[in-house]
Amino acid sequence: MSAFQIVFLLIALLTLFSALMVVFARKTIHSAFWLILALFGVAATFATLAASFFVVIQVAVYIGAIAILIIFTVMLTRRSMEESGDQLLPGWGWAALVVLIVFGGLVFMLLQWQGIFQPPQVLTAGGENLENLGMALVMPDRYVIPFEVASVLLVAAMIGAIYVAGDHKKRS
Amino acid sequence: MIPLAWYLIFSAGLFSIGLLGVLVRKNAVSILMGVELMLNAVNINLLAFWRYLWAPEVDAQVFVAVVLIAAAAEAVVGLALIISAYRRRQTVVVDEMNLLKG
Amino acid sequence: MTSEVLLWLIPFPPLLAFGLIALFTHRQRALSHSLAIASVALSWLLAMVVFFRAVSQPHLSEEPFVSALNWLPLGGDWLKIGVLMDPVSAVTLFFVAWTILMIFIYSVGYHNFGQPEGDHDQPGLPPHGAIVRDAHGHTHRVPSIEPMYSRFFALSSLFAFAMFLLVITDNLLTLYIGWEIMGFCSYMLIGFWYGKESARKAAIKAFLTTRVGDVFMLLGIVGVYTATGSLNYREALMNPDVLRVLAETPSGVLNLSVAGLLGLLLFIGTVGKSAQFPLHVWLPDAMEGPTPVSAMIHAATMVSAGVYLTVRIYPLLSAGQEGGALTPAMSVVALIGTFTALFAATIALAQNDIKRVLAYSTISQLGYMIAAVGIGAYVAAVFHLVTHAFFKALLFLSSGSVIHGMEHGVLHTDEKIDPQDMFNMGGLKARMPVTFWTFLIGGLALSGFPVLTAGFWSKDEILTGAFAGHHWWVFGTLALAAFLTAFYTMRQITLTFLGTPRTHAAEHAVESRAVMTAPLVVLSIFAVAFGWSGIPEKFPLLGGLIPNWFGGFVGSMVHAEGEHTVESLLPLLTSLVVSLGGLTLGWLVYRNVRAGDPDPLQKPLGALYRVFKYKYGIDELYDAVFVRPSIWLAEVFTYRFLDKMVLDGIIEGVARGTWNLGLALRRYFDLAVINWFGDAVVSGGTRRGGEALKPIQSGRVQQYLIVTFVGAILLGIVLYLMFVG
Repeated sequence: MSAFQIVFLLIALLTLFSALMVVFARKTIHSAFWLILALFGVAATFATLAASFFVVIQVAVYIGAIAILIIFTVMLTRRSMEESGDQLLPGWGWAALVVLIVFGGLVFMLLQWQGIFQPPQVLTAGGENLENLGMALVMPDRYVIPFEVASVLLVAAMIGAIYVAGDHKKRS
Repeated sequence: MIPLAWYLIFSAGLFSIGLLGVLVRKNAVSILMGVELMLNAVNINLLAFWRYLWAPEVDAQVFVAVVLIAAAAEAVVGLALIISAYRRRQTVVVDEMNLLKG
Repeated sequence: MTSEVLLWLIPFPPLLAFGLIALFTHRQRALSHSLAIASVALSWLLAMVVFFRAVSQPHLSEEPFVSALNWLPLGGDWLKIGVLMDPVSAVTLFFVAWTILMIFIYSVGYHNFGQPEGDHDQPGLPPHGAIVRDAHGHTHRVPSIEPMYSRFFALSSLFAFAMFLLVITDNLLTLYIGWEIMGFCSYMLIGFWYGKESARKAAIKAFLTTRVGDVFMLLGIVGVYTATGSLNYREALMNPDVLRVLAETPSGVLNLSVAGLLGLLLFIGTVGKSAQFPLHVWLPDAMEGPTPVSAMIHAATMVSAGVYLTVRIYPLLSAGQEGGALTPAMSVVALIGTFTALFAATIALAQNDIKRVLAYSTISQLGYMIAAVGIGAYVAAVFHLVTHAFFKALLFLSSGSVIHGMEHGVLHTDEKIDPQDMFNMGGLKARMPVTFWTFLIGGLALSGFPVLTAGFWSKDEILTGAFAGHHWWVFGTLALAAFLTAFYTMRQITLTFLGTPRTHAAEHAVESRAVMTAPLVVLSIFAVAFGWSGIPEKFPLLGGLIPNWFGGFVGSMVHAEGEHTVESLLPLLTSLVVSLGGLTLGWLVYRNVRAGDPDPLQKPLGALYRVFKYKYGIDELYDAVFVRPSIWLAEVFTYRFLDKMVLDGIIEGVARGTWNLGLALRRYFDLAVINWFGDAVVSGGTRRGGEALKPIQSGRVQQYLIVTFVGAILLGIVLYLMFVG
């Protein structure tokens, strides 16, 4: 096993462990902290895939924005959950069984497919790749419309969020 | 070199754990965290396929970017809804939000 | 392993320790501090190996240890990160590794490890002490263990990581990252006892004040990248061709060249981090944190990072220098440093809190270093940086030990006094001998006691540098500041240790444990001996007995270092007179202070004393000029007007428009068309169907989801059997 593979395995194990802790941590705020670690693990996975741009975006958007939002929400809604109470629904074992079957099914299907032994594509070094991505997102004959639609979606979501979460008591 | 299968199994595992989180946690915020894990699994998948099947073409990366935007939008709206629900009903336990009950 | 690999590894053990303590071991105190100390000891070991390899490498400044990696893709280029070990980073690494290790060990004792838990201690407040019952049934109040013991070590480890990162890196960006992580740790540790309002305020003040400097520093970094296309020290800051171009291009601002402007922008970062006037206000308040924090962050390492940066950007500041004249940028730096050195020394004269005096003296000594860089005394600045780190860490740790002993006395006697006020002490020499001797050594080094102490050699170098460059105003001001330094140091020693105890608590003070005093002894060895590595060759009698290793080693960094060939004895005499004179005068004035006496300086200085005592009113000035207007701006303009009226108005308008659109659709399309169709045609059947299905609608989303996935699994199986199996 090469060193690179060992590094990957370590990252993957760390990420999966953190993800499990997200699910099973007793305090929600601890879940949120474990989530940050899991997101870092995913960022590291992106790095092993030579997608440096997305490593940065992962850290900036997921950890810098989404995780922080989540932590804020946990703090704002703190009174609702007794911190010591059981955080899992009764009968979660059944759900775990379903999830195990889903996972087993996914792996089973994956192993049926020959493509998984594909060697990686050859990448030229340098940042030209990133330039291509930038062009692809704004070229009219490529992905400009999905990109713009996504940004409109984001704006709409933001306005909606402010409206939904806003305090309307004063006006009504 | 790492086999493609490792990435895919890793991502399947992360997806399943995220799903488990969505299914079993009581707290709406935790459920949202589960969703984030699932979306991340999807991104690993997309980037792994990009690296092994499509690189250096960037089309797959565009999808990742769109997934990220969708995830951000989802988190924003989801958390706003949670706060709003909390304000109205003083709870974030999804089980107690059962207005839809028939 | 090669030195480069070792260099890469230095910062990471503390980072690992931070993660492990924060995530796993925060409940086990012994394990937490073992992890933290083991990690910094490992870093220390790596640092020492690299340091000694660096020292034995001939021509290190021309062929330093370097190694770089591609990090971030930037369009057609890469941002690189890497490590670099040249003479300046080598000596910095040396003192950083030593002081951090000593402070970690000391912290175990300072936070009362091994003592019982307090009866009503709670996280966020300093421990109040615990009541224990001995074999004879007597009860005693003894110090209790810090409630957030592990948290302290976790944050300190993160801090150590950032400092090591800052020292070993080879570019401004990584330096900035380490810089900001330290800013964060500083914030967390100043506010460590967040239950106290003063600590919270001090933390916010420190964070915001340094942020002012950091913004300019970031501008400077961006400017360097724009102007040179690189952030690497060797490519951007030490490349003569690049520097010549920068020095010759006018920037259009205040007649500065581009090099001067960028240098000054970066220097403002230092002003914030190293607490130079006018951004010095945060450092004295930062003494709210635990004493090891004051020693580590606010005396020995983090504030040194600012000086380290100034030393790094010295080529930028001095670019275009011809002959002995200072460039405009250097004049600014020298002016700020000199002024701060004197200004802070005067404030220190009138402070009574033992840690605050040290805080102002730190500001003053940092001013010395900055002034030295400003006048081009590069080697002297680095030399003073190293010696100051040792003796100031020593002084802070000793003062922590004093406070600890006093707190013990306070717990014992139940007196209601401030254990940090020097006028409540006195006569501690007999009660705390180790602390006394180490504090004395540190104090003498700080006041530049001739020949023996490290402080003398480095301060003398700076004065000689100012003298040799004919910067009379710098020379005179620094000499005056040195006199004041010696005076207030002796004031501190006399009030604290000599004479008779002025309170009962001081009578019952006890010496700290060995885990606290051992680091003091180690640091005091350095506070004396390190000076001997840099004795100038021209020094009368002693010069040349020990080769001037430091001067040669660090001096190789600046190519055209015209060694100061001063034949005059005047600078030497000056440093002798000011240091001995200040010490003697301090002893004479303060030796007879009795309990309840006012400060003997109060009368002769008159109004000036009050000015010093109230720190020139700068805090109040900033409060009136910056803080309150900002609060007003935030509250009235931004919040009430901009946010509530303008922005909310727009958002509400859009949202309301959409709402009305939805309403219209509902009224004219949904209700009118669809519902009519539904009601008339589909409704009946659906209603019956709905009634039948009602029981499975629990309203629980998660149940729905699980059903969905069971369905998906079944569907998957069916499809698989149909098409594959």
